[in-house]
Amino acid sequence: MPAEQMDIFASKKALAAPLLSVQGLTKRYGARIGCADVSFDLYPGEVMGIVGESGSGKSTLLSCLAGHMAPDAGSVVFQTAAGPRDTVRMSEPERRMLARTDWAFVHQNPRDGLRMGVSAGGNVGERLMAVGARHYGGIREKATDWLGRVEIAADRIDDRPSQFSGGMQQRLQIARNLVTGPRLVFMDEPTGGLDVSVQARLLDLLRGLVRQMGLSAIIVTHDLAVVRLLADRLMVMKGGQVVEQGLTDQVLDDPQHGYTQLLVSSVLQV
Amino acid sequence: MSETAYNFGYLDEQTKRMIRRAILKGLAVPGYQVPFASREMPMPYGWGTGGVQVTAACLTPEDRLKVIDQGADDTTNAVSIRSFFQRTAGVAVTGATRDATLIQTRHRIPEAALTEDQILVYQVPIPEPLRFIEPRETETRKMHSLQEYGLMHVKLYEDIARHGQIATSYAYPVAVEGRYVMDPSPIPKFDNPKLNDCPAIQLFGAGREQRIYALPPYSKVVSLDFDDHPFVASKADHACDLCGSGVSYLDEVIVDDQGGRMFVCSDTDYCGARVAAGQRGRLSPPEAA
Repeated sequence: MPAEQMDIFASKKALAAPLLSVQGLTKRYGARIGCADVSFDLYPGEVMGIVGESGSGKSTLLSCLAGHMAPDAGSVVFQTAAGPRDTVRMSEPERRMLARTDWAFVHQNPRDGLRMGVSAGGNVGERLMAVGARHYGGIREKATDWLGRVEIAADRIDDRPSQFSGGMQQRLQIARNLVTGPRLVFMDEPTGGLDVSVQARLLDLLRGLVRQMGLSAIIVTHDLAVVRLLADRLMVMKGGQVVEQGLTDQVLDDPQHGYTQLLVSSVLQV
Repeated sequence: MSETAYNFGYLDEQTKRMIRRAILKGLAVPGYQVPFASREMPMPYGWGTGGVQVTAACLTPEDRLKVIDQGADDTTNAVSIRSFFQRTAGVAVTGATRDATLIQTRHRIPEAALTEDQILVYQVPIPEPLRFIEPRETETRKMHSLQEYGLMHVKLYEDIARHGQIATSYAYPVAVEGRYVMDPSPIPKFDNPKLNDCPAIQLFGAGREQRIYALPPYSKVVSLDFDDHPFVASKADHACDLCGSGVSYLDEVIVDDQGGRMFVCSDTDYCGARVAAGQRGRLSPPEAA
């Protein structure tokens, strides 16, 4: 990463309080560890990648962060409009409100994140209606705009997602999540299960949206190329523990921990 | 002709108390679906087992019962439920909306205005308005408790996107007292405005789904809509062919194989009373000279 770009991050950090501050987050499944004692800060506009093999606890961590699962210990402090709040100790209505407004969650499988029986426009409009939009024309206009931004033709607005290709479904899911202008996006393997050319376009789109909207994002993936492209910072997990974290390029180019070295060297070179 | 082998109103007293408790809770929390231990009734599910249990719990020997099915007093469902309570409770029955103290209804609200002395009992097939958009009961209950009703509008959005207007014409969702979204049972949306500010107690019973909910008198009931697609209480654009009424809800009846049809009031009591008062429609038989 060029030096002046790092300076931008440095000044950003100095200016703003962290958007998300995680301290000692722990989740156990009985005697087994889901994730243990995870701590990090995420600053506004920053994209963090979490990598690790299957079962390393990255999805558990993401679920705890996004409030889908209650952690056993630790705190997740989010900078809400009204000041910092610990989302773990928030009441459920507040947390769900946050999940509809300031947060977004992009599932690996679009079927988990979309309503397959509802048209594309309805899918995008749902979050708007959930926060009180009651003007059909306005909702539709916004849905059309967002379909355009994720490169779905406007005449597909009344088609159901089941008639869409996998890549289109994933793009629709992204539009549906970003329509309310969230500040923090959680992504669980957003490119999983897509073929490479579709992956590339999706990544390109995501990168554009993240930069353009100044989003912060946490991306869980096992694909190192995805984090290389999207993430500013990288966290490597193994067996529920964070074994290494740092700037993405630094971690990938000069891995310190044995497991990270293994991970980096395991990537197939084409 | 009461059958003395049965307890008054068929159900035993303990069961009636249990149902009354559910009704009271429903009245205290308007629009909230109260679970209750629905009993097997001597009629199949879908024939008004929920309504019958609520009626049985509310009946007193002094009551005058009216039962309507799609507005009519003389259809199978109405006739069999009416005779059921005649046999098991021995209560007086009537066809006149004005004379009844308790009205059990399937899919209509009578045209005549109700009064504070009346109870209206609805038969409800599916009490959960969110069911068809969110099939998980655990999730819909959470949505009710957190007042997350955006999905309800997604359904209306889909209607407009597909049909150019809100095509939901019955079981049209309503918001009760600014809190719970409620399924008003499959009444035509024409009847929705009558739910609002109604002087009578309105009780809803779903037997198979084991839910009771209620609207206390003068509850505020608002039909959901969009700012630019407001709720419209629609009916067939005709006058009744028997009594000439232009304001009542109409049934369309096919009368021959050539596409001939007539429109008649679905509320037989209302229509009959108008005809008796000398009102005539397009297809009324000529006056006897």
